[in-house]
Amino acid sequence: MPSLKDLRNRIASVKATQKITKAMQMVAAAKLRRAQEAAEAARPYAERMEAVLANLAVAFEGRDDAPKLMSGTGNDQVHLLVVATAERGLCGGFNTNIAKLARDKARSLIAQGKTVKILCVGKKGFDAIKRELGQYVIKTIELRDVKNVGFSNADEIGREVLSMYDAGEFDVCTLFYSTFKSVIAQEPTAQQLIPAHFETSEGDAGEGASAVYEYEPDEAEILADLLPRNISVQIFRALLENAASEQGARMSAMDNATRNAGDMIDKLTIAYNRQRQAQITTELIEIISGAEAL
Amino acid sequence: MAELFQFELVSPERALLSEQVAEVVIPGTEGEFGVLKNHSPFMSTIKPGILKVQNDKGAWDEYFVRGGFADIAPGGLTVLAEQAIPVSEISKDLLDQAIENAREDVADAKDDEARQKAEMTLSQLQDVAEALKAA
Repeated sequence: MPSLKDLRNRIASVKATQKITKAMQMVAAAKLRRAQEAAEAARPYAERMEAVLANLAVAFEGRDDAPKLMSGTGNDQVHLLVVATAERGLCGGFNTNIAKLARDKARSLIAQGKTVKILCVGKKGFDAIKRELGQYVIKTIELRDVKNVGFSNADEIGREVLSMYDAGEFDVCTLFYSTFKSVIAQEPTAQQLIPAHFETSEGDAGEGASAVYEYEPDEAEILADLLPRNISVQIFRALLENAASEQGARMSAMDNATRNAGDMIDKLTIAYNRQRQAQITTELIEIISGAEAL
Repeated sequence: MAELFQFELVSPERALLSEQVAEVVIPGTEGEFGVLKNHSPFMSTIKPGILKVQNDKGAWDEYFVRGGFADIAPGGLTVLAEQAIPVSEISKDLLDQAIENAREDVADAKDDEARQKAEMTLSQLQDVAEALKAA
């Protein structure tokens, strides 16, 4: 049975923890709003890019001279997994879910006899992966010092991936991140970056418009120029989605933690009061029985 | 006064401009070109340079743009640029930094093709710096 003093100390410590989780929740809420705005501001660019590329890609479908970024290297022996996670923990299952998805994919690829290479963006992802798949991790990029993810950060990663591709170090590249659905729902997602796939929108105005487009320089050169850019844009989008998801996950995790701390304080307070009363009763009984003995 | 059309200038981080304008002059890879209303559908990549926009009142705004493309559709003109900054906000340091990076790219280039590309970017950036200094 813990003494009264122990109970008092525990209540104080849980209260302190609750204050921290509460503060973290509020900070996450504020950051979430900003991250969401950034993700929304980036959307028009990515969407336009995709629409234009989809238009151009139709023309090259199945042609021999299609750029390698679109048609692939012709085999799929070496896979590069880009795992984008957060730099910090205390955000519920956010990092674990992304890492788990990536691990499952890596395991199934290895079982098929393929070679797997992993590029970690964010420290927490590396921490989660290194125990089992540490020998496959070729590089970790940390964004710890970056306050707001800018396009230049994504571009750096994009260049890294591209230079590896040009050097023939892998055949297929898949990007892992978490899509922001809502504050309480984030969905770990795997997206194939190379070779690129485009959803061609049928019936859209794009179909008719593309026929009469003039290109300068010609289509092939524009496509060759845009495909590498698209890699960076997709990575940028993933990083922004990740940032919003991370804050959302942290917010709900900290909300839970604050509530749990509240429950714990209630329970401890009841135990404390009960024990205090028991002590008073014991003292009274001692006094009364002492007086009766006289 | 020229007729107005819809113009959008978008960078990966935000949409900079979305308004009705009279004329836009774009630094295309194969030469500068102006766009007025009812331009035929056209697409061009852009080189680092100054993009000029004439708004409905006839005043010209200038933006420094880098890397991307211009898409002219019947509905209007969209410029997607990797980097787009109003000329008034651009600092010399920023440009110097970009030129410095381009120089490094030239030095790092592994084959002739890459070097040629990097050198082209460098000279384009230097042109921009010259133009800004003159202004």
